[in-house]
Amino acid sequence: MQTFTKKRIAIVIEQPALNRVLEKLDQLAVTGYTVYPVIAGRGREGSWRADGMVSDAGRMVSVVCVCDPAKVDTIVEPIFKIVSRQVGIITISDCEVIRPDHF
Amino acid sequence: MSGFDLAIANLLSPMVLFFALGLGASLARSDLSVPEAVAKFLALYLMMAIGFKGGVAVARSGIDARLLGVMLAGILLSAVIPLIGFTLLRLSTRLSVVDAAAVSAHYGSISIVTFVAATQTLITLDLPFEGYLVAVAAVMETPAILTALVLARRAAGGPERRQGEPQDFGSLIREIGLNGSVVMLLGSFVIGWITGDRGMKAVEPFVGQLFFGMICLFLLDMGLIAGRGMREGLKALSWPAIAFGLYMPLISAALAALACLALGLSAGGTALMITLAASASYIAVPAAMRLALPEAKPSIYLTLSLGVTFPFNLALGIPFYVWLATLIKG
Repeated sequence: MQTFTKKRIAIVIEQPALNRVLEKLDQLAVTGYTVYPVIAGRGREGSWRADGMVSDAGRMVSVVCVCDPAKVDTIVEPIFKIVSRQVGIITISDCEVIRPDHF
Repeated sequence: MSGFDLAIANLLSPMVLFFALGLGASLARSDLSVPEAVAKFLALYLMMAIGFKGGVAVARSGIDARLLGVMLAGILLSAVIPLIGFTLLRLSTRLSVVDAAAVSAHYGSISIVTFVAATQTLITLDLPFEGYLVAVAAVMETPAILTALVLARRAAGGPERRQGEPQDFGSLIREIGLNGSVVMLLGSFVIGWITGDRGMKAVEPFVGQLFFGMICLFLLDMGLIAGRGMREGLKALSWPAIAFGLYMPLISAALAALACLALGLSAGGTALMITLAASASYIAVPAAMRLALPEAKPSIYLTLSLGVTFPFNLALGIPFYVWLATLIKG
């Protein structure tokens, strides 16, 4: 089966800032994204777990979108402006897709 | 009932004992836990039940002319307490400006669970209180956040000197004001007010008979969370900061007691107003702080609010506030 190389942008962000990230992705006309719940982790700000919090503060979520390599900078730069003040990670990796016109 | 008897009765109530069970289990590293979805349901249920019952109480008694005055006093207390808290923190601890502002916002805002625990104490003591205080609780959530934002921005020397996306103040206010817990509390209050006794009859088993058991389960979870916070977060706090978590509620309580002298509330209402001022938020404000002051460290403000002040208020603060209210209104 023929596959095509695209970029996979994964954003791990604090739950309270999720809407800001999604609104920005909508404005950027990203063709799609998926939000995943995450369970627990540890980073520079210490450890956290989803069921150990009384509110959304301290919970994290993961947003994944796949895009054409030429669009990476136009997506990552404005997203980084949001994530840079929060607890979060952005990673960019190569991925293979079957329907290139979808991204 | 003397202050001592009140304290003992409070310590031996199912609410406090369930909280202690959660706290003890967490500190002993038991695997007891409340799933995230259940904890979210309990928080929603609590907001719905307390808001609805407050609304029904207002439908029964009608709007008291004192309501506006009490609301105004609540807003002022919420806005002023962070100024005092911020000053004390900057004088007595080495917390940064942003951390001191974030912590002070928590102490100006309110804890709805502490409020609920205080209402249950009043019901046990057969002390009536004004139903509209639920609405006062809701309006006391956000002014403290605004004061803290102003403090942090003034101290930083300007509105935006940080890296990252400039914040639109209007959208920030919308995000904070539309916090789910505030919407649920105020929305349920309005629904209770509109539907009155007819509405109460329809939902009574859910918000009435089940209420106390649900609070006990919620407090078990709060105990587990507080215990985890104590285990992991107390190391990040200095002794002056921990002391702040114990004396700040008393300063806020004294301020509220002074305000209540002029408000004409009942003894029960005064106890609740004092409790609201003395409580520290751990639901609405932490979420707001992650958006408004993300540089502030949650390990400081959440541990102080949830791991120090909440247990203090639940075990010792509430009986003291009830005693103080009966003293000045008795």
